[in-house]
Amino acid sequence: MGVGIEVTNLNAWYGANHTLQDINLPIPANHATALIGPSGCGKSTFVRCLNRMHETNPIAKVTGSVRVGEIDIYADSSPVEIRRRIGMVFQRPNPFPTMSIYDNVASGLKLNGYSNRKALDEIVERSLRDAALWDEVKDDLRKKSGASLSGGQQQRMCIARALAVDPEVLLMDEPASALDPVSTSKIEDLIFQLKTQYTIVIVTHNMQQAARVAEKTGFFLNGRMVEFDSTHKIFTNPSDKRTEDYITGRFG
Amino acid sequence: MKQNQSKARKRLRASTDIAVTVLAVIATVIVVAPLIAIFVYLIYMGASSLNLAFFIHGPKPIGEDGGGMANSIVGSAMILGIASCIGVPIGIGGGVYLAEFGRGTRIANAIRFTADVLNGVPSIVMGVAVYALVVVPTGTFSAFAGGVALGIMMIPTITRTSEEMLLMVPNAVREAALGLGVPNWRSVLSITIKTASPGIITGCMLAFARVAGETAPLIFTALGNENWSLDPHRPIDALPLRIYNYAGSAYVELNRLAWAGALVLIVLIVLAVSLVRYVTSRGILKGAS
Repeated sequence: MGVGIEVTNLNAWYGANHTLQDINLPIPANHATALIGPSGCGKSTFVRCLNRMHETNPIAKVTGSVRVGEIDIYADSSPVEIRRRIGMVFQRPNPFPTMSIYDNVASGLKLNGYSNRKALDEIVERSLRDAALWDEVKDDLRKKSGASLSGGQQQRMCIARALAVDPEVLLMDEPASALDPVSTSKIEDLIFQLKTQYTIVIVTHNMQQAARVAEKTGFFLNGRMVEFDSTHKIFTNPSDKRTEDYITGRFG
Repeated sequence: MKQNQSKARKRLRASTDIAVTVLAVIATVIVVAPLIAIFVYLIYMGASSLNLAFFIHGPKPIGEDGGGMANSIVGSAMILGIASCIGVPIGIGGGVYLAEFGRGTRIANAIRFTADVLNGVPSIVMGVAVYALVVVPTGTFSAFAGGVALGIMMIPTITRTSEEMLLMVPNAVREAALGLGVPNWRSVLSITIKTASPGIITGCMLAFARVAGETAPLIFTALGNENWSLDPHRPIDALPLRIYNYAGSAYVELNRLAWAGALVLIVLIVLAVSLVRYVTSRGILKGAS
């Protein structure tokens, strides 16, 4: 089951560049929350702060608090622990090129020392089914490299890989932006199903996509969060002028 | 008028294309020709002296038939084995540090500079240095000393190629592992190094092939030995040393054996490199790029 996320006074820097300024945001459990905004507005940085990926860059810095369920991830947890609870799907599919499909999906568990074969088989199947990829790959799970799949299949495999470690939250950083329309709609269907079990945060450039999959939407601009409300309200009756300008295509 | 011009251009483009292709082919031929020439010449000069005795006997007194280089072949294998045990782990370890942990730090820059300088140190200097560091303290020339000299020579090549290959692994792959909650050290060992392994293995093979033919560093370390020896603490023979001794000999039969030895040395290097490539390429999956 997913848990909610409470972000308080979050600030982030890349070197001297203050990329996120005073973000406050309650992300509800077991719902999809979309983050929209023009390129460079800080939405990717924001999701990377939610699983402490931001700090893997040596010049990056973060202040503020992020509570996931009962835990303040910056105060009470190590980055490695928190990333097991918060899965991430990246903009470009990033399979492990030397591994088979099976090993790719099982990698999160295997690399953390989990080796019960029978349980792994079950988890891999369940994750691939959840990611709507099972039927397409079940015959050559161990024969084919993960990198030999098509882009859309690779991305669903990466989603399965993230699901296999049984996270509570799934962060998706523009998961469909490198994919064709058919694959994109498959991913969206998937998000629709997954959000009953996981808390999903999805960054997207595509406003229709946000409208289709998310209950809540946040609008980012220049490192600040301008508005956060129900998706319906954001797209039909935003309270901020800048949100309205953005969703009606006047800039960005 | 305009059409004529574009036709002339088209012809120019086509002929430039042909010219560049021809130049590339010529360059390739120039690169490959010496290798083929050397190989053919070695076969011509050395093949006639190759027989079973060559591979099962050691050197015999002058005038006696049936002398071979079995002890040198075994000695070379031993020295190279010791060298690889030293050079490969240290070399790869250094490359991993430079690419994964020390990126952009002063220490890393210093290590990189040192490796490049070490790469340029003449091999005879390496022999003298190891003579002072190993042979003098232990009081004897030995297979071990020879292995140390060649092992040190392998390190810079392996370190630098490993670093380059690891840097070619896309950051997205590292992030994928970290994003799954895999600790950094585990991600480096199981993901990054594995992804870069074909290139790293090529680097190791390159270093191996390079030192396999080295003579100078062995003169002061392994020394050479007319007799059988399998003791790493005793002087030992090596193919390049034997070739060096025989090639300068006044006896024609020894000169011929030197040619045969050179041929065997090259063939063995090619075999060793191919074998490692074959073994490591198995298990790589279909469709992996």
